[in-house]
Order: sequence, then structure tokens, then C-alpha cells
Amino acid sequence: MPQTRNKIEVGLSRKVFVICNTLLFALLLFVCFYPLWYVFIQSLSDSNRATQALILPVGLTLDNYVQLIQMPEIFNAFIVSILRTVIGTAGTVFCCMYAGYLFTKETLPFRKFWYRMLVITMYVGGGLIPTYLVYKSYGLLNTFGVYVIPSLIGAYYVILIKTFVEQLPSSLVESAKIDGASEMRVFVSIILPLSLPIAATIAIYCTNGQWNSWFDNQLYTVTDKNLTTLQFLLYNYLNKAEKLIEKMEEQGATSDEVARLMTPRGIKMTVTMISVIPIMCVYPFMQRYLIKGIMIGAIKG
Amino acid sequence: MNNAVGKRIAASKPRKDWTLLLMLLPVIAFIILFCYVPLAGWYLALIEYIPGKPILECEFVGLKNFRSLFANPAFFRALKNTLIYSSIKYVFLLLPPVFAILLNEINSKGYKRVVQTVTTLPHFISWVIIYGLCYALFSSEGPVNQVLAHFGTSQKLLTNKNAVYAFQSVLHLWKTLGWNAIIYLAAIAGIDQTLYEAAEIDGAGKFRQALHITVPGILPTMFVLLLLGIADLVSNGMDQYYVFQNSIVYNKLETLEMYTYKQGLKLQDYSYATAIGIFKSVISITLLFVTNYFAKKIRGESIV
Repeated sequence: MPQTRNKIEVGLSRKVFVICNTLLFALLLFVCFYPLWYVFIQSLSDSNRATQALILPVGLTLDNYVQLIQMPEIFNAFIVSILRTVIGTAGTVFCCMYAGYLFTKETLPFRKFWYRMLVITMYVGGGLIPTYLVYKSYGLLNTFGVYVIPSLIGAYYVILIKTFVEQLPSSLVESAKIDGASEMRVFVSIILPLSLPIAATIAIYCTNGQWNSWFDNQLYTVTDKNLTTLQFLLYNYLNKAEKLIEKMEEQGATSDEVARLMTPRGIKMTVTMISVIPIMCVYPFMQRYLIKGIMIGAIKG
Repeated sequence: MNNAVGKRIAASKPRKDWTLLLMLLPVIAFIILFCYVPLAGWYLALIEYIPGKPILECEFVGLKNFRSLFANPAFFRALKNTLIYSSIKYVFLLLPPVFAILLNEINSKGYKRVVQTVTTLPHFISWVIIYGLCYALFSSEGPVNQVLAHFGTSQKLLTNKNAVYAFQSVLHLWKTLGWNAIIYLAAIAGIDQTLYEAAEIDGAGKFRQALHITVPGILPTMFVLLLLGIADLVSNGMDQYYVFQNSIVYNKLETLEMYTYKQGLKLQDYSYATAIGIFKSVISITLLFVTNYFAKKIRGESIV
């Protein structure tokens, strides 16, 4: 008898646990998803009644998006963001693959020395000011290149690629060599196609980094408005609002005055949305590769 | 024929291939230009650099910049903020494994996948966008205040001096929790399933299975990540704190990176700002070596 009672008690506490656990994750889902959903319905709502929209759009309209398309600075920023993402990603993937492949070669003179020299850069950097001054002396300030060039080779990516290529069967490379293929030829027609999984992983890291990057815009290209990225534009819109609210609280400016100077709330919501939608569309597909990348990194670590 | 044989002999006896070095040259040049030349810029901290003046003509002042750094209360305020944020982050590193263990107890595969997908979403969102979301949610006309109004109260989280540390830490947790749990979920997936079956036969309940099989299964991963986390004690990045700054909360948001930025690029005191950066790097590297040393002692292998 006491044994069955014990079993029933265990069964009950397990049930309570399962319910609480399921609810806990439901809460987490809500916390992660609702902020984005809220901004999404705001961007689709009629701007006069938008603040009433909590679950579904109120007065469904595409007004905000139509207005946005007509703002030249937004279109320009969107193009800059796309370009830096595409060019930056392609460049980084190619250069890191190239470097990673070379580091797998045991016949490379002083291989250990060069490799250490690369690995050290993961832990020591010049820091904000020296880096800024060096870019300035290279003439990179206020150029599109500053978004792309400094990140062409990343030590971490090169290590990931090296680890990956080392486990490819070496007989493939050898037989191509015997057929008289040059080193460059082997790299392009054998190593690159075989390394697609790791290339995809790195491409995704880069895409995420490039699309979401904005501080380099603030640091290096702030005076050239043609190089403003979408993220930085959004920051400026939001920041302007913050500054004005502060001013209002300090000096007692009328709310009409503030409203006139501010970017309309609906536009801010919509810009937030268009900065997040592209990455949201691709990230579920990215996830699989990213997990793989994490695992390769973990094995290395 | 001869050629092929020659190559085969060469392959069996690896000889240095100088064309490979030639191919590597651009890579080396890049690393020097973009990683080591800025590192040489540490020299700026030892001189009184004046923008526009050639570096070699600037006055050499030795450790003066470091002395004024350690005499400046503003520096210690930034250091204190940095340490507060990093300590909280460090404690929060214990949550992803808890998340992974609890998620592992969910039976429905579909629900599990939805949770995993949605909770990693914040990882892909920039701090600017997170600021945009917070602005939408917590501003005076936002939904949080609408709900609070029913209870007769309101909040101003974005300009609340007393809530800064907690608010920023929770935001950081929001962004990283699901993502950091992935590695633990992978570790759990790698645990030998027969262990659970054996425990089941021995009459161990689900709780005891989790405690005695799952937890020990992820401990090595946790150990490495906690050790690696120590090296980050003085580096917080600055995106997050930079976007959330306003005059009311600035004093509590200013981390070492923000302080460097303000002193260097806003106030143009390049030498002083470089000294801050060096201080930060030296601490990080020291911590890295110390933790690596202990990891070697305890586990018999290094983590770096």
C-alpha cells in the first residue's frame, strides 16, 4: 500500500512540474516574440489609433510603408546595408577560405609561426583609438571600404576552416596534384566545393554581423550621409526622439513643438520592422548551419 | 611519368614549398596592416599625441597617462560599472544550462523546436533594434504603461536611474539566453541514451535522472564556458550601453569602452584613451592566461 501511494505522489509532482515547465516556456516564447509582434502591428496600424493596437493592427493600412518608400534616405540606407552585407560576406568567406586552406599545408614554410601570429589577434587588439587613427591614415574614413575591408580575415573563421579542411580526405588533393593541377586550381575546384558546409556557416555569421553592424558607421563614416546604413538611420531616428523628450522634460517645451520635430512614431516602428524583417526571413534557415558552426568551434575549444 | 614519380617522392618527404609562402603573403600583409599596426599604436599612450603632429615629434611622457588614469575618479566609475555588468552577466551564464535541462524535459518535439527557434531570434537582432523595441514597449504611450494604468501606476524604465543595472542585464539575458543554450542542448543530445534506460530500470524517477545523468553530462561544457567567461570580465562591448544612453542614466551606463570612446573621439584626448584601452587589454590577457593555467592543472588540457 505505502508503495503505491508513493508512486501516485511522484506521478502528481511530475505532472505539476510538467505543467509549470510548459508554462514557463510559453512565457519565454511570449517575451521573445511579443516585442517584435507589437512593433509589427504598430507599423500596420492607422497612425491616429495605433496606440490602441495591442494584439492585432487597428485600422489596417500600409500607409507607413508607402511613406517609407518615398523617403530617399531610407531607400539609400537600405541599399548600403544590402551592399555591405553581400560584398562583405562574399569577401570574408573567400579570403578566410583561402587563408584557412593555406594554413592546412604542412609544406608551408614557417607555418606555425604565421598561424600563431594570426591566433594572437583573437586576444589582443589595438583598441578603439589606435584602430581609428590607423584607418584614418589608410584613407578608409568615409569610404564604403571601411565596412568591408577590415573584416576580410577573421582569426576565428580561419581556425574553423582549417579544422574543417584538415578532416577532408587528403587523397583528393594528392590525386589532383598528380594530374598536374596547381595549388590555386586545387583550392578553387576541389577545396571550395567540398567546404560548402563550413563556408555556409561563416557566410551566416558574416551576414548577421554585417547587417546588424552600425557602430562602424558611427565611428568611421558618420559625416558621409550617402554611406548611412539602415541600422544607423534607425538609431538616429530613435535618438532624435530621445533627445527631444529629454529637452521637453528639462525645458518644458510644449508637446506640439516636440511632435512637430519628431519623426512620427509610425515611421519609427516601420523602420524598425524593415531592419529586422530581412534577417528574420533567413534566420530559421541559418540556424541549422550556425549550430554546426558552434559545434565545430566547441570541438576546437 | 617521371614528373609524377618525382611528385610522389616529394609528397612522401615533405619539403618546404616556397610558392605557398608567396600565396600566403597577402594574408600576412593584411594581418600586419589591420592587426599589428594598430597594436603598435599602443605607443600613443606613452606620448602626448597632438592630432596632426607627426608621432615622432610628439613629447615622450612615459607613464604619465597611466598615472592620470589611476588618479581619475571618472575612470573608476567606468571600471565599477563595467565590473557590475560583467559580474551579473557571469552569474547569468548559469542560466543557459538550466534552460537546456528544462527544455529537455519537454516531451513534445514540435513545442521544443518552436521554443528553440523563437528564443534564438533575439540573437539576430541588433542592439539598435532592441532599443527600438524597448522604446515602443516602455514609452509613455506604450503597452506596458497601458497595462500598468489599470493598476493606477506607470513606469519610465528608459530614464529610471535606479533600474539601469537590472534593466540592462535583463535585456542582455533576453538577447543571449536561447542562443547560449544551444551548445548545452547539443551536449545533452550527445549523452548516451542507454544511461537513461538503465536508470529507468533501476527505478530512478525523471528528476533523479536529470540530476545524476543530464547534469554531469553537461558539466564539462559548463566548466569550459565559465572559464572562458572570466577573460571577459573587463570587456562588455559598447553597442548595448551606447544606444541606451541618455543624460539621466549615463553615469550608470558608462562602461570602460564608452569611457574610452568619450575621452578619445569626443574629447580628442587620444593618448589618454589609448591608455584606457591598454589597461583593459592587459587585464583581459592576464585573466586569460591565469584561467588557462588553472584549466590545464585541473583538466589536463588547455582551453585556448
